[in-house]
Amino acid sequence: MIRTKVTPTTQTEALAEVLDICGTNAANCMQCGKCSATCPASSRMDVLPHQVVRLLQAGQVEKVAASQTIWSCASCFACSARCPRKVDPARLIEAVRLSVVRKAGGNYLKADAVPALADEAMPQQALVSALRKYSK
Amino acid sequence: MQRIGVFVCWCGSNIAGTVDVAQVAQSAAAMPGVVYAKDYQYMCSEVGQNMIKQAIAEHGLTRVVVASCSPRMHESTFRKTAAAAGLNPYLVEVANIREHCAWIHKDKAEGTKKAIALTRAAVAKATLNAPLVAGESGVEKRALVIGGGIAGLQTALDIADAGYAVDIVEKSPSIGGKMAQIDKTFPTLDCSACILTPKMVDAATHENITLYTYSEVESVSGFVGNFEVAIRQKARSVDAKKCSGCGLCAEKCPSRKAKSEFDEGLRTRGAIYIPFPQAIPNVPVIDRDECTYFKTGKCGLCSKICPASAVSFEQADEVITQRYGAIVVATGFDMIELDKFGEYQYGQHPDVITSLEFERLTNAAGPTGGKFVRPSDHKKPKKVVFVQCVGSRDTSGRGKPYCSKICCMYTAKHAMLIRDKYPDVEASVFYIDVRTPGKNFDEFQRRAVEEYGVQYIKGMVGKIFPEQDKLMVHGVDALSGETVVIDADLVVLASATKAKDDAEALGRMLSISTDTHDFFTEAHPKLRPVESHTAGIFLAGACQGPKDIPETVSQAGAAAAKAIGLLSKKKLVTNPCVTTVNEALCSGCLACEKICPYGAIAAKTIELTNNGVKETRVVAAVNEALCQGCGGCTVACRAGAIDLKGFTNRQIMAEVDAICF
Amino acid sequence: MLLEEKTSQEQAFEPLIVAFCCNWCSYAGADLAGTSRLQYPANVKIIKVPCSCRVNPNFVLRAFQKGADGVVIAGCHPGDCHYSTGNYFTRRRFTLLMNMLDFIGIEKERFTVDWISAAEGSKFAAVMNGVLEKVHKLGPNRKMRDKRWKR
Repeated sequence: MIRTKVTPTTQTEALAEVLDICGTNAANCMQCGKCSATCPASSRMDVLPHQVVRLLQAGQVEKVAASQTIWSCASCFACSARCPRKVDPARLIEAVRLSVVRKAGGNYLKADAVPALADEAMPQQALVSALRKYSK
Repeated sequence: MQRIGVFVCWCGSNIAGTVDVAQVAQSAAAMPGVVYAKDYQYMCSEVGQNMIKQAIAEHGLTRVVVASCSPRMHESTFRKTAAAAGLNPYLVEVANIREHCAWIHKDKAEGTKKAIALTRAAVAKATLNAPLVAGESGVEKRALVIGGGIAGLQTALDIADAGYAVDIVEKSPSIGGKMAQIDKTFPTLDCSACILTPKMVDAATHENITLYTYSEVESVSGFVGNFEVAIRQKARSVDAKKCSGCGLCAEKCPSRKAKSEFDEGLRTRGAIYIPFPQAIPNVPVIDRDECTYFKTGKCGLCSKICPASAVSFEQADEVITQRYGAIVVATGFDMIELDKFGEYQYGQHPDVITSLEFERLTNAAGPTGGKFVRPSDHKKPKKVVFVQCVGSRDTSGRGKPYCSKICCMYTAKHAMLIRDKYPDVEASVFYIDVRTPGKNFDEFQRRAVEEYGVQYIKGMVGKIFPEQDKLMVHGVDALSGETVVIDADLVVLASATKAKDDAEALGRMLSISTDTHDFFTEAHPKLRPVESHTAGIFLAGACQGPKDIPETVSQAGAAAAKAIGLLSKKKLVTNPCVTTVNEALCSGCLACEKICPYGAIAAKTIELTNNGVKETRVVAAVNEALCQGCGGCTVACRAGAIDLKGFTNRQIMAEVDAICF
Repeated sequence: MLLEEKTSQEQAFEPLIVAFCCNWCSYAGADLAGTSRLQYPANVKIIKVPCSCRVNPNFVLRAFQKGADGVVIAGCHPGDCHYSTGNYFTRRRFTLLMNMLDFIGIEKERFTVDWISAAEGSKFAAVMNGVLEKVHKLGPNRKMRDKRWKR
């Protein structure tokens, strides 16, 4: 892995977009790590939730956007429920995810195509979140 | 017509920087009644004060207006100046042109205009000022200390040593407080009992100290120097005079269900019990909710076996009324409930305990006799996990947003003590930040890491799962970015501190304020840290905010010094700004009586002659010694018969008029 | 008043706000605002009262009559009154006055009762700025103003 030096103020616009989407304040985080300790999906994450928040605090949206984490997050909100500072990491991750999806452009998934793809055993919530993730 | 002198202060450049002081003085000279106006660099200096005195003499001033800093700062200074020149001190008015004007506004023209308006208001008010004479009140040479923990004991001892009588009111059956429950103290690892119990004995045997244990303050009235306090001494059901403290009753009591408060519920106690062996007074108390005799009328074993026949089921609560000159509040703190923190399994699993329970568990006089075993199976744990900030620095509503201050240190102490005594036991600490700003504190915590090999992990614990006889602690190491799991045998939670649940009620009784977390508020965060907003009531210890023992003791000493300073005064000057009733206008409806928080207003029957006929009439009368001068009654009076000296209706109206000039 | 004078005055509307402040909290809060060098416009003029319950509704009416464009009463937070219960009376009394002001045509926004502790210098400045903003929107107060009043 090659390390690059970080300048905290380079991606302020992207950060503003993310914070605008989620409406939470990453600055409230004091890096206790409760979210990462709580996360049931952390084993699949390359960047742990508290590191996501730290990267966002430092304005490093690109690194978060390029991470595996945002696609591993199951949006179970355990981190949000236990966060002592009301940071709501799940929403932050969701916001980065959305910003990526929005920029991706083309339609991944059309509503008409869903019935054919749908699996009976698939939970409703997964279906809805799939639409959120892959359609535009 | 009054002869008013106006003195405008530059306050160096503080005021003169944004206010044209010369112009203020010039405008003031033209205000009605003003015969003299002058500006000077520092009015509060000796030169400035002499200037005022000289002007009073030379120009025959009958009123003085000083346009300077806040009256909260120098009103008393200028009043003394006027008094020295032979003018009644209450004929002085201060216009606040610094805090309320010069420091707020940048624009000089605007600032000058406002300063003139404020000066005009002060002149208008001063015109109507009346000479007032402050009364005097005595000081009851006795202090009350609420709370018998280390803060209260230290305060009481200091006051008593100065030669004043002190009463300690303690809610629980024994003095000692939280410190008595603690095993060792940081950062020196002194034995807590060894340094506390001698103080307890000193307090109990001091000729100037009276202990009221198992007692609560029921009501407080009066004012600085003359508080009247009712203390409810709850029925102990044991005659303290007869009891020899042999403890036979507590030993033989067949009821064993109650959990020992002193041992944090890790041990049970009888319905009749002595909280702990070193308790003072060493007199048992019957917990009437637990006692079989009180519940069913049967048993009474303690009464039968007591060699001194001291058990008295008939004993009733006693209310003692006593007068005090000063009150020190030292009610201490508590730990928060952890029912909102389900992820830690506290209350679900016996091997997840709080730090205070850990203190009892490792105490030589504790439930295990000092043997380090876990509560579930009484086996020695091999891995102990400490979790800090359980509810501290938590803005989510589950805990408290403040730092509890003591947890970093006592957790380091606990971990160090374990590693010292049992080097084979692993100790890990999950922390968010380590905060050790105290003398020898950081060295202490580093020693735990460097010499005793305590594993410090920056991160939190997300959840704890019991697996067979282990507790799987899932956490994170935020620095390395790795998730962590530890198969612990014992988990110790450093729960947040909180104010006592009844702090707010007590604060209301004493009319002292509490902050949003129910800690008592000091009068000034920097300059008056041990005084409350109410004169004569002082604060000591953790009831004012989380504190460790050294800090508590120093604050207790400071509170004692303040109380001694008050008690040593022969006379206190009372506030002359009290209400008066115009009997000619008063209709005797007594609406004022109902709203007075001090009971200072009462009905009075007066005799008067109406057209040659003698008749009696009921009017309101103010007890000037009780009136504190809030002025609430003046607004309640339908006839406008009641007015507040120093803030009369006419004076305030004149100020309004002058401001709206 | 000359017409030119009037128009020029209207162009630069300088509202006058009278603030009655409790000696124990809000007055000290205003002092703290000063000590902290917080900014609020010079239009606010403070009158010290021993307790917010000392403020007679007459004082408020008098201020409006004499040309004030806004009036503020600031006391201790409920439960924190230096005189234990004074601000509860304030709260009740001025709830009624608020209705009366509304009835006689003075906009409710011109009159504010707020709780500002001695530690809340920034709140003091914020409340004053808020009041001024509202009064600026409403313009000068003409109702109840004494005809003899020149301002």
